[in-house]
Amino acid sequence: MCLGVPGRVERVWEAAGIRMAEVDFGGVRKEVCLAYVPEVGVDEYVIVHVGFAITKLDEASALETLALFRSIGTLEAEFADPLAESGGSP
Amino acid sequence: MGHGGGGRLSAELIEHLFLPAFDGTALSPVLRQLGDAAVLGLGDAAGGARLAFTTDSYVVRPRFFPGGNVGDLAVHGTINDLAVSGAVPLALSVGLILEEGMALDELGVITETMGRAAREAGVSIVTGDTKVVDAGHGDGVYINTAGIGLVPDGVDLGPHCVRPGDRILVSGPIGAHGIAVLSVRDGLEFGSEILTDSAPLHGLVGALRESGVAISVMRDPTRGGLAATLNELAVAARLGVEIVERAVPVPDDVRAACGFLGLDPMQVANEGKLVAFVRAEDAEQALEVVTAHPLGAGAALIGEVVAAHPGVVVARTGIGGHRVVDLPLAEQLPRIC
Amino acid sequence: MKYLDEFGDADLARRLLDDIHATVTRPWAMMEVCGGQTHTIIRNGIDQLLPHGVEMIHGPGCPVCVTPLEMIDRALAIAELPGVTFCSFGDMIRVPGSSDDLFGVKSRGGDIRVVYSPLDAVQLAKEHPDRQVVFFGVGFETTAPANAMTVRLAKEQGIANFSLLVSHVLVPPAITAIMDSPTCRVQGFLAAGHVCTVMGLGEYEPLVERYRVPIVATGFEPLDVLEGIRRVLHQLEGGEARLDNAYPRAVQPRGNPVAQAVVREVFEPCDRQWRGIGMIPQSGWRLSPAYAAFDAEQRFEVSSIETTESPLCHAGEVLQGLIKPNQCPAFGRECTPRSPLGAPMVSSEGACAAYYAFRRLDDPVVA
Repeated sequence: MCLGVPGRVERVWEAAGIRMAEVDFGGVRKEVCLAYVPEVGVDEYVIVHVGFAITKLDEASALETLALFRSIGTLEAEFADPLAESGGSP
Repeated sequence: MGHGGGGRLSAELIEHLFLPAFDGTALSPVLRQLGDAAVLGLGDAAGGARLAFTTDSYVVRPRFFPGGNVGDLAVHGTINDLAVSGAVPLALSVGLILEEGMALDELGVITETMGRAAREAGVSIVTGDTKVVDAGHGDGVYINTAGIGLVPDGVDLGPHCVRPGDRILVSGPIGAHGIAVLSVRDGLEFGSEILTDSAPLHGLVGALRESGVAISVMRDPTRGGLAATLNELAVAARLGVEIVERAVPVPDDVRAACGFLGLDPMQVANEGKLVAFVRAEDAEQALEVVTAHPLGAGAALIGEVVAAHPGVVVARTGIGGHRVVDLPLAEQLPRIC
Repeated sequence: MKYLDEFGDADLARRLLDDIHATVTRPWAMMEVCGGQTHTIIRNGIDQLLPHGVEMIHGPGCPVCVTPLEMIDRALAIAELPGVTFCSFGDMIRVPGSSDDLFGVKSRGGDIRVVYSPLDAVQLAKEHPDRQVVFFGVGFETTAPANAMTVRLAKEQGIANFSLLVSHVLVPPAITAIMDSPTCRVQGFLAAGHVCTVMGLGEYEPLVERYRVPIVATGFEPLDVLEGIRRVLHQLEGGEARLDNAYPRAVQPRGNPVAQAVVREVFEPCDRQWRGIGMIPQSGWRLSPAYAAFDAEQRFEVSSIETTESPLCHAGEVLQGLIKPNQCPAFGRECTPRSPLGAPMVSSEGACAAYYAFRRLDDPVVA
């Protein structure tokens, strides 16, 4: 359910009292309603579902999550038997 | 009905309705091959020459879309059906079904576009027909084009030539045409610079033929996209197809549009792309020949034919899993879930 | 696309999978509630990359799948009426009712429009004041704010020829229904990320406590889904049951309060039928009395249309993971993607449809 795609706010305006924006999804642009993300401005990222931004995308969190993924498994690798790599010969 | 979308419903109509109905003539075996064009031997009197013959109708909506309109589509589409059957296109017919009230200036633009497309492709429009139907009984204009071409000596293409190990070549990034049309469709409009890839492929096919690479079969993946074409060939050849998803060229903006519309780029229509099954030892050379051609920028080898799972197309996914690439049921619609 | 492609990275996927394989010591069964996540799992072959014995049960979180047959029949009845322009998300166009689908109505001349957003339907109503424009408002909590705002706008702007056919459903009551089933096998949940984006995490705390199951709010890209699975498995192996958020870039604990306020103003809770599952109490939203004038069911008097599901369909058992789709007697016979009997065969991401596609690998049928 609920296809939601991240995009960057390019331009903001008001139409009939509602905040609207042009959001860029990587080369394609779509008109999106910002009524549910009053704090969001130009150049910020939002997650869009059926023409509505449902949240601001927290860029710091995104980077933290990716950093977490990169750290997984590296601990064991770094602390694995250091002699194994040098062939174990003295 | 969903029977025109190039998917499973179209295939069922052909199999259960049309083939039984049109059977029982001298050349029925030609029909049953279900190629993009029928290849007909002209007999010894004609020195063994073979003619390719095809027809297609164009009902695209909207009629005008970024980079083209239904006119050049109708010319390119029929040229391509001839080209992928191995033929050198000779001549086209044009049948127009006009709805009463169709704006003449719009019709003028469409027919001018057809003429230009034919001249640029070096293929003549030699005969035609026009009918007018009452207002409300058509959708502005429907175009049918038929085409004939000459199949050069020694050319033998078709699913019967496909062998395990054949590599699969696609002549460039996929999905542009379908997305360009969707970008201007009522209710879905979005801003993009994506243009239709509509183009005549006979030049590219000629370059491949002249290079001497061993080709088993060719198709142009139009309705139903690459997924439909690969499924069709897997079934017809009674062999399996395996592709590497990351190797399939998809432009970033097409991928982005597919992302927010919930579409699979492999199921989106193309109008100027060639899919060729090539003998493994010739695959790299074929890629070089195609890439050197103006219509072959971004070509790629995307997979191979296997003996396992006959009739089924399997993709190795970006993260190393596998999935079945299914025949799209019918035309792709944007989804929310 | 930034913040999208990174979450499909093959090397990082390998790391997550290695960690999952190193963590798991015995079989586990968890459910991804959301059809979007089922889609990611099938499209990327994630299920085959998991350790043997880790089973993903595909949940009922697909509005296409769970919209009850009678609601489809009501939609068809409205769409057939002269003077009606019927708008829908593309998903619903080919969902079969008892005898037809919206595509069939369209090919017989009905005015059926596929729209990307419900706002497009309101726009159509403004442009065509002589037509009755109806929008098929399906979806989970994620889609409700969009549909709610649309009705509110129509009311504010006095667009009287617009109405909404509402079939909204909610995730937490579905989880309750699944866990309360005496034969339930689910040991952990991936909660639907975008539902949590709107509603927050608060509703899931009582479920974690009551049923002692890990629930992890999870996103939709391949790495997101793998991370959700990884976190559920870590909890299960450690004997824990906590509420966790593996999608913090889009999910705040409180959700989106602005959206929640509009939803509460426009909709009110109601009992709802789920296709293939049956009635789940308080599992849906309908228009609140203040917006009843925009209710298409009332405007077109179709609420009396009632339809029963095929008795051949075992979708409820499939959705609870009790049987595999191919163990259903109707699978591939009376029930195919062309003519589905139940929810999971309807959408291409449904469990039955996915099995139908993959069955061809084990049992190739060449036409």
